This record gives sequence, C-alpha cells and structure tokens, in this order.
Amino acid sequence: MEVNFWNKEVETADRADLEKIQLEKLRETVSWAIRSPFYKRKLSRLGINCAEQIKSLDDLQRIPLATKDDLRQNFPRGLMAVEPQEIVRMHSSSGTTGIPTVIYLTQDDINNWTELVSRCIVATGAGREDIFQNMMGYGLFTGGLGLHYGAERVGMMVIPIGGGNTKKQIQMMKDFQTTVVHATPSYLLHIHSVLAESGVSVKDLAIKKAYVGAEPHSENIRLKIEELYGIDAYNSYGLSEMNGPGVAFECVYKASMHIWEDAYIVEIIDPQTGERLEDGQQGELVLTNLIRRAMPLMRYRTRDLAFLIPDKCQCGRTHRRLSRIMGRTDDMLIINGVNVFPSQIEEVVMKIPEVGTNYLIQVEKSGALDKLTVKVEIYSKMFLGEASQLEKLRAKIKEELRASIMINPVVELHEPGFLPVSQGKAKRVVDERPKL
Amino acid sequence: MKITQISIFLENRKGRLCEVCSLLGDNGINIRALTIAETESFGVLRIVVDRSEAAVELLKSKGFVANLTDVVAVEVGDEPGGLAAVLKIFADNDVNVEYMYGFVEKFSDKALLVFRFEDTALAQKSLTGSGIKVVTEEEIKGL
Repeated sequence: MEVNFWNKEVETADRADLEKIQLEKLRETVSWAIRSPFYKRKLSRLGINCAEQIKSLDDLQRIPLATKDDLRQNFPRGLMAVEPQEIVRMHSSSGTTGIPTVIYLTQDDINNWTELVSRCIVATGAGREDIFQNMMGYGLFTGGLGLHYGAERVGMMVIPIGGGNTKKQIQMMKDFQTTVVHATPSYLLHIHSVLAESGVSVKDLAIKKAYVGAEPHSENIRLKIEELYGIDAYNSYGLSEMNGPGVAFECVYKASMHIWEDAYIVEIIDPQTGERLEDGQQGELVLTNLIRRAMPLMRYRTRDLAFLIPDKCQCGRTHRRLSRIMGRTDDMLIINGVNVFPSQIEEVVMKIPEVGTNYLIQVEKSGALDKLTVKVEIYSKMFLGEASQLEKLRAKIKEELRASIMINPVVELHEPGFLPVSQGKAKRVVDERPKL
Repeated sequence: MKITQISIFLENRKGRLCEVCSLLGDNGINIRALTIAETESFGVLRIVVDRSEAAVELLKSKGFVANLTDVVAVEVGDEPGGLAAVLKIFADNDVNVEYMYGFVEKFSDKALLVFRFEDTALAQKSLTGSGIKVVTEEEIKGL
C-alpha cells in the first residue's frame, strides 16, 4: 500500500523526539496559559507561576483537569490568553446550558490547525487531484471550516456545500464528479437511500473516499458505507475544545485513528477516580492542546470513552492510535453529528409558562438519520379553547429549542399526566437507537 | 345571545375521545352538537351540551384540559340553502367566521348551526333584524 506523508519527519519521529517536542510545547502552553484569568488563578494557587517550573512531562499531572463547566463559568473571556485584537476567529459549541462554549484562534493557531488537517487528508492518500465535497456544517461548527482549510491547503478543489439539501448534494456529486466527501456516517447512509429518487445511481458518481465523524458509529456502519458506495471510509475525531476535526484520523490502513502527539498530550483516565490508565484500557480521554495560543486548554476532560493502541501502525507513523469512541461519561446526546445536552432542552422547556415541568426527550432512528422528539405536557389553565393557540405554542417551543440546540426537533403536546412519571430520579431521555 | 361551548384538548391517543363521551354519558350530560378540530398531533373537541357548567367542572375534575368558549347558535330550516342564507348575511356584513359546525334537531324540521366568530358583537349586530332565529342558552337545554 502506498503511504504518503504531509510532514514525514514529525509523523515518523521516534518517541524520544516526540516527547521532547511535547515538553517544549507544554512549557510554551503553560507560559501562554498563565496570561488567561482562569489559568492564572488556578496555576498560581498551585505555585505554578512560570513555564520553567514544568521540568518534565510528569509535571503535567500537577496541572488540574479542566471541564466543560470551567468553560461555561468563564464565558466569554476567562480563558483568553492574548489581546482580543490578535484573535481572528471564534467557534462555538454546545454548552450544558444555554451558555455555549467558545474557543478562540489567532492566525498562527489557524495555521497550526490547518497543518494537522492537511496531515490527515494526505494520510488517507488524497491530494491535489481530488474533488472534495464538504458536507459538514459550516458557520459556528468547526467541522466544516476545519476540513475546508486543510483541503484547500492540500490543493483539493473544495465544494463548500455544508450540510443538508440532499438533492443538491447528489447533483453536485454527479456534476463535479466528487472524489472525496466529509460527512456524518448517518448522512452518507441517508444520501444513499435517496439516490434513486434523484435518478442517480452509485455508478454515476466518482467517490473514492469518505471522511466520517462527529457521531459515534460502529465498525459495521463504516463497512456498510464502504460497501454501498464502493469506497474507503476513514474515521475522524475532533472537538472544538481541541480546535475541531484533525485531532485524530485514520491512515490508509484504516486501523484506528492516529492522534497527533506533537499537537496534543493524550491521557486516558478513570472517570470516577481521575487515575491515569494504561494503553489498551478504556477510560475517559483527556487532552492537552499544545498548539493554540489564543486559548490554551490543558488536561481537558472530553467525556469521550476510548482507549489507546500503542503498537506501531504499518504506515510507519509513531503517533499512537485512538480507538473509536465507545461512549460518553455524561448524558450528552449526539443527533446527526450535533452535540445536544438534555439540560439545554430542559432549560428551554422550563422557561415556557404554558407547559408543565414534566417532559420527555425521545431519540430514535428515522431511516438512516436520527430523529429528536421533545414531548411536553400543557398546563390545563393555559388552554383557552383554540387549536390555533396550541399550534402557535408548539411552533414557539420548536423555535426556542432550535435556537438553543441548533437542530429542528419534533415537538409534541400532551395532556397533563400522560408522560411517564418515573420513580426516583426522572428519566428524561429515551434513546431508542441501536447501541453500537 | 351567546351560548357556551366546551373545548377539550385531546392528545392523539386511542380511546381518549371515547373516555370523554363515556364520562359525559355516565353523568347524564347530553351532547347537542360536536366537532373535532384536528392537527397532526392532537385534537380539540368542541361540544355544545345541555349543562355546560356542570360538564366543564366534571371534565376538569377528571383531569381533562377543558375550557369554555363563547359561541353563537342559530336555527335555520333543515332544507337546501339554509346554511347559505345565514352565511350570506355574515359575508355582506364583513363578519369573519372562525369555525362552525351543524346538527339536525330531532323534534322539529330545523338545523342547529354553531358559529365561533372573530368578532361576536359584530356578528350579533348583523343577525338583529335578519329574521334568523338565534338560540339561547335556555333553549339549548330544552332541545
């Protein structure tokens, strides 16, 4: 198998050199971090006031773990470590409440992120000759722009179509003979199921590779995509807190995702005790971002469950591989690639006076795609007698939810007392999708 | 001139409508006219009964989401053109009908039409002197 590298030297650096790079960058990161109010407080309390105090990679453990709550409580500028004028981009991600998390990037940060994405693309064997259709959300989401910049740098022709509008996606794949696509696995399955309606068959397309990510999926789903389209599908992992896509990606051997260890320090911890686990043991993925100056974030608890594969990959890269994500340690849902916290939904529902406090979140499959239904009970007293009033209420709830969680849920109005009331702790989420 | 209609919110669940009607029947309440406005996911049942206050209290006590709405009932001859004649009066007077439903009476050759108007006062004004018989709350009880 032909193996290509964007940056062979770094990608095949031996472990000792990699660790040297990590230590150097960790020190740099600490020196930037203490310029942010959040880390200034946290680190000075622990007696860490300058980078020189970080003498070895073991000193990383002196730095406290960071969580989404830290990001929320320090919104918007608590983690900013540079002057605002130096920031050229912000991206936003779902917060556990209505408050989103924000990340900032300087021009250098964007360049460094783009370098990683370029590595990922070349690792899959794609290059200048490819036509790339980017089906991931642009805008505040990092999925779209992240791959976009990397694809341009590699020299592919980018079709910046973003998500949705399936008829158009199919038309473009046919008209432009797209060779590489970036999408959620469920969206690719969905497109395949409607190809016939557009009078298009797989024979009319030129796709060779798919980059899939943003939602958990099994090996069977990947194989299914490969079989239906006759292509290679590569797993991608990223999160906005670590810039976005490009954190980890599969190479041509498709044997789990290489995580770029010159850009991230990876730890797997026991989610209950915080204790570090060995390679091969499943636990919570904790990441330290070594390449973002605008908003340093160290030992961030991703809430994703995974394990590390230390063995050398056939491609020759020395950066360890990350298993597929096996689950979450929190209750966050992923609906068609978009992160949704049940608490965001609860916050919206509780603010609406016409509905009671009993609600239910139902997630199920609708064909290949995920479907989210929010069921609420109306307050008897608010009913004035008109169907139009109820329709307006339903539309209002839908709109408020959409503004908060960024996707379109189905909203159902129910009579009081009709949603199941659970004993003890309320079971607010019913996820009927097949387990991985 | 106004009579009382009871509006009941019913979620789209099998047997719910039957439960309402059984409850009323078991308690000696007679439905005079009835219609259901349905949407994709729920319905609003509209009924005119002989004892509105008792009915709505009964429904609420059993956990139904019910409320009273003012509507106007008129009586017309049960023959072709009966409804059209009334509607013409409203159209000529710019009276907007939000919804309506109709029933045939059993002891006379009349039909009962129930209207919900955007502007009830205007509707009442247009009916005064029109020769159309407006049914009162008392008369509903005795139908």
